[in-house]
Amino acid sequence: MNMVSIASLLPPALRGPLTLVAAAVVTVVCFAGLAAPWLTPYRPNAMDLNGVLQAPSWTHLAGTDELGRDLLTRILHGARPSVAAAFGIVGIGTAFGLLIGTLSGLLSGWFDTVVMRLTDVVMALPGLVVALALTAALGPSLFNAVVALGVLAVPAYIRVARGQTLALREREYVLAARSMGASTLHLMRAHVLPNVWPSVLVFMTFHLGAAILASSALSFIGLGAQPPDAEWGSMIGAGREYVLGHWWYATIPGVVIILTASSFNLLGDAMRDWLDPRLTRDAT
Amino acid sequence: MTRIILRRLLMLVFVTAGVTVICFVISRLIPGDPAQLMLGARATPQAIIQLRAQLGLDQPIGAQYLTYVRDIFRGDFGTSITTRQPVLPELLGYIPATLELMLVAMILSIALGVPLGVLTAVRRNTWVDNFVRGLAILGISTPTFWLGLMLMLLFYAQLGWLPGSGRLDLGVSPPLHVTGLYVVDAALAGDSLAWRSAFNHLLLPAGTLALASIGTVVRLIRSSMIEVLGEDYIRTARAYGISKGRLLFVYALKNALIPFVTVLGLELASLLFGSVVIESVFAWPGVGNHVLGAILNLDFPVIMGFTVLASVVYVAANLLVDLSYLVLDPRIRSVG
Repeated sequence: MNMVSIASLLPPALRGPLTLVAAAVVTVVCFAGLAAPWLTPYRPNAMDLNGVLQAPSWTHLAGTDELGRDLLTRILHGARPSVAAAFGIVGIGTAFGLLIGTLSGLLSGWFDTVVMRLTDVVMALPGLVVALALTAALGPSLFNAVVALGVLAVPAYIRVARGQTLALREREYVLAARSMGASTLHLMRAHVLPNVWPSVLVFMTFHLGAAILASSALSFIGLGAQPPDAEWGSMIGAGREYVLGHWWYATIPGVVIILTASSFNLLGDAMRDWLDPRLTRDAT
Repeated sequence: MTRIILRRLLMLVFVTAGVTVICFVISRLIPGDPAQLMLGARATPQAIIQLRAQLGLDQPIGAQYLTYVRDIFRGDFGTSITTRQPVLPELLGYIPATLELMLVAMILSIALGVPLGVLTAVRRNTWVDNFVRGLAILGISTPTFWLGLMLMLLFYAQLGWLPGSGRLDLGVSPPLHVTGLYVVDAALAGDSLAWRSAFNHLLLPAGTLALASIGTVVRLIRSSMIEVLGEDYIRTARAYGISKGRLLFVYALKNALIPFVTVLGLELASLLFGSVVIESVFAWPGVGNHVLGAILNLDFPVIMGFTVLASVVYVAANLLVDLSYLVLDPRIRSVG
């Protein structure tokens, strides 16, 4: 995962406002996903064969597609699967990575060795190519794409969580708790997890941006969301057939993806500055 | 130093074993019986049983895995369901086109990314720096497939400057096959018409792939240049009156490029996946396009063959990257 700082690349004056803009974009996108049915007069799959491939106008702000469906409506409805997919991928990575990583760091011994060798193997693979094969084998659907991308993300979370755990393990208060006979489970819950969270949270936010790009890429090539469901990547996939002569169809969903992904990236940076100030110094 | 190399080679064995296990597991996840899939819906039960025995599907799972690995080491990746051709030779036939695309993409991203990285490091915190870094942020948040479509829209549909699909113009015959890279072959044959056509067709797809990775290159070069420029030996060199260009591009850049080698290795992963997506956008007749067709036809031997091949190439490339450190940086040699 790419952890080079982004906000620190910006002049200090821009950091605050830009973070605010990013937070606003993410809020709007999440709101659009939840409230889509009440935001537009159209339905996402309502066809209008008299009005196919119309350019943006006052009646159809983002134009219509080859079946006359309103594209703005589909973009709003598409926010739900697109963002949910990213959260699902990050959720799978976090749930398993946090558990296995902290356990591995606390237990050490053979368990740790096995876990580390396995993560080495998975992380040595070209992740997206393997995700592609895995999704194809499970059967093309957004759910399976999320499972494939999520499972392949687990090793990265394991490394983050384990690294933090190893540092915590030797701290006095953890040693003290252990000397008083605290079980591994108690150590994990009371002392390790609360302190591993900040690093994982920073990693999660960066990963959300990458996850949206990955899941929309799988949808674009037809392995993710299936028609007629509206999803940003698959909308671009459908729009590419009409890209010559109907620019709005593929262009607008892409702009929405960029806005969302870059907002997550900017938020990840703000989150790091806030939760983990030690890391900011690394990136000049 | 031999110990490092040996340890790395051992790791390569581990990882290759891991790849085959993962691919084997994936190929067993496929719903439905491969024999049924190959013979079609109207096959007699007898024919299916026969083919199952022939494919070794009636063997215990451990034995099946060993057969699978043995076949891979023999270069037998199975038979494509759609074309009924052996998978590996077919894939290898598509490799030159993809290799040409990836090489040109890599050259473009280095040729543009390295100078921009140096520029932003030297002009740190000026508007040039901020502008380039702003673009880099956008770059890592942009879906490659969308970027490809937009460049096609602009340079092919609107401006008409560049061709939007394929490797050569209609009516231009491919140059005599030597390497399979049309640009190289055309140059060797002295065929300027084919060379120009091949080069023009490369620009959009390779440019898209390059733009997708240029942000990473710029940021990496920038941060390692800033670090190197703060070193004592640079100050000494400056005190000796060595010209600025020589100082930057010979004395500083040489050391700043060391961490960059790792990125080249990692970049290969995004190029491998990017080639699947971008080849489909630009109808580039390479491995990626072939695999995408296989995905749409659920032709699993081809998909798995590509995955194994891509993984092994990727792992081997990163091994080379690790070993190149030993050559580039004498300090690592003494530590190991």
